[in-house]
Amino acid sequence: MSASENARPRVGLFVTCLVDLFRPSVGFATLSLLEKAGCEVVVPEAQTCCGQPTFNSGDFKDSRDIAANVIEAFEGFDYVVAPSGSCAGMIREHYPELFEDDPAMAMRAQHLAKRTYELTSFLVDIMGVESTGAAFDGTVTYHDSCSGLRELEIKTQPRKLLAAVDGTSIKEMPGAEICCGFGGTFCVKYPEISDKMVTQKAAEIVESGADYLLAGDLGCLLNMGGKLKRLGARTEIRHVAEVLAGMTDQPSIGEGER
Amino acid sequence: MQTTSHNFKQNARDALTDVQLQKALSKMRPGFQQKRADAVAKLPEFEDLRDRGRDIKNHVLENLDFYLERFESNVIANGGQVHWCRNSEEARQTIMEICRSVDAKTVTKGKSMVAEEIGLNEYLEEHGVEPIETDLGEYIIQLRDEPPSHIIAPAIHVNKEQVVEAFRKKHTDLPPDRPLEEVGDITDEARTQLRPKFFAADVGITGANFLIAETGQTVIVTNEGNGDLTQTLGKAHVVVASLEKIVPTLEDASCILRLLARSATGQEFSVYTTFSSGPRRETDLDGPASFHVVLIDNGRSAMLGTEYQDMLRCIRCSACMNHCPVYAAVGGHAYGWVYPGPMGAVLTPSLIGIDEAGHLPNASTFCGRCEQVCPMRIPLPKMMRHYRAKEFTENKTTSQVRAGLGLWSYFAKRPWLYRQSTKLGAVLLHALGGKRGRIAKLPLASGWTSVRDMPAPEGRTFQQLYKMSGHGKKGDAR
Repeated sequence: MSASENARPRVGLFVTCLVDLFRPSVGFATLSLLEKAGCEVVVPEAQTCCGQPTFNSGDFKDSRDIAANVIEAFEGFDYVVAPSGSCAGMIREHYPELFEDDPAMAMRAQHLAKRTYELTSFLVDIMGVESTGAAFDGTVTYHDSCSGLRELEIKTQPRKLLAAVDGTSIKEMPGAEICCGFGGTFCVKYPEISDKMVTQKAAEIVESGADYLLAGDLGCLLNMGGKLKRLGARTEIRHVAEVLAGMTDQPSIGEGER
Repeated sequence: MQTTSHNFKQNARDALTDVQLQKALSKMRPGFQQKRADAVAKLPEFEDLRDRGRDIKNHVLENLDFYLERFESNVIANGGQVHWCRNSEEARQTIMEICRSVDAKTVTKGKSMVAEEIGLNEYLEEHGVEPIETDLGEYIIQLRDEPPSHIIAPAIHVNKEQVVEAFRKKHTDLPPDRPLEEVGDITDEARTQLRPKFFAADVGITGANFLIAETGQTVIVTNEGNGDLTQTLGKAHVVVASLEKIVPTLEDASCILRLLARSATGQEFSVYTTFSSGPRRETDLDGPASFHVVLIDNGRSAMLGTEYQDMLRCIRCSACMNHCPVYAAVGGHAYGWVYPGPMGAVLTPSLIGIDEAGHLPNASTFCGRCEQVCPMRIPLPKMMRHYRAKEFTENKTTSQVRAGLGLWSYFAKRPWLYRQSTKLGAVLLHALGGKRGRIAKLPLASGWTSVRDMPAPEGRTFQQLYKMSGHGKKGDAR
């Protein structure tokens, strides 16, 4: 269904557990971007988490229960949008897989999967947004989060929207597509390896000379941001939705009140 | 081969503080990765070839018995023999018997991962036969008495100075004033040492990249030509190969060959691609008097029909490890057995068990780069996840992780309770962050804060603020 067929698509906002807990401003930025793009946005209260922590830890039973809750909470929308490639990827790619042996649930999972999108790809690919009309002064470098990049092929969409932000220029870093070392529970199960990965990432971010690090996934941003702050780097860290929505009043990630 | 996979965490720590190793690993990005990208970019049909390669191997795996028997009958028709071996012990004994049959003192060896897997060199030495590795990288690590750390660049962890040191120590006839500064000097020295050994060897052992069912041929690819000398000059040529190396036809082998070198080294083709069609015939000018294929199962047939069957499509190109950020951080030895990187993280637990190798499928961020570059489209992260699931259902996940997951899913399944607890969490963590907005030390999350700060939450949850803003009163609460 394209946007033109339905003037005001009804969108369920999947906030994601990390945005809900750590950075509600990303949720409000997403809400604002979706509304500006002409969507009617609803936030189902019964949502919690997409189930990725249990799924990637091999606990498929609990993952199915959590997924069933999400499927239930997000039934009946034209689209479901999340400010995260990783959570959207979980719903799109892995929910149908989780219910392979349960045809009735599999059908519902596929139904949800087909209409679930990551924010920037939804704005560009579905709503045809060319510019979000925001202004933001600064040079930014963009980290391609793994799930968004490889499961959902999100690469050009955030850059296209950022290029249209007044005052923003992009300075690419060399390893933008290389994992930052977050990996969900990986970063606490293998902290030394994760550290090696995020240290190299932090160095490349700083070398890029950009004032801001942006990405579309809060997990990666908390990891890279946490490392940059630990190293005393001056780079500021924000979710791409904040910049695209022009909602950058909150201190950046890992910074306190100004 | 002795395994230290259970010790992965400590192995990784040691690797991360090994300055020389880290220097060697830092060359992966400009090296293998860039070269593969360039080679793939030049071949528009590369993605189609990947589909074909996958389909060929899937077809073989569905009809493995048929193709293996066809292969055997064609090897016999060519004058060779196939030895079916269920496990390492049978394979080692079979090879030893072949060596005895020609009264072998020394054997030369081309590069073979399955020979590493069955611990062939140690066995031959124990039984009085001297194995000589003839691939330069393998030769270096044999001198250094260590296992390979990569499947196509076995000595990738070694620098030039260490090679010179090994040569000076083991090549006792080498005059101390003979220069070994340039890479050319080093390869010349290796060639000088190896040349007479090729001629003296009684048996030549190689691996196989493919076994071709319709012709009974075995195929190897090398860049040094050492495989050809190995297999041509001995009295017997022994091919050690695991049973999934089979392809139906020459055309199928050609298709996968087009994928192999590009994925591995970024070459269009390896320097040597050698097809072996049995022992020397009357009209041949040279060649071995006998030709043996030692066909090894060693746990592979048990993977058929399981979640791990796709792993048997692997052609050992190493693209997955060349692009793996975890491999790039810790190198191959940390994985503790023969096969490192993402392919090892699936194959190792399949062959030696999850109790020994449980860390390997866990030590991945699931970044997906391995699957993205795998020429055979093997869903490596998915299979690693299946191993995590196997650990979980068999109660082998650590109690700490289990407790954490249990707590998380308890709340995640109860939205009301979840909202109350996240409200509390947001307040507490925000307070801990103080004015700096980040937490430097959090006792229950030391895995996080030992290496990086934890950015503090803003103080209230989205759900809370959304409700307060009046948004949530339009009947969307469920």
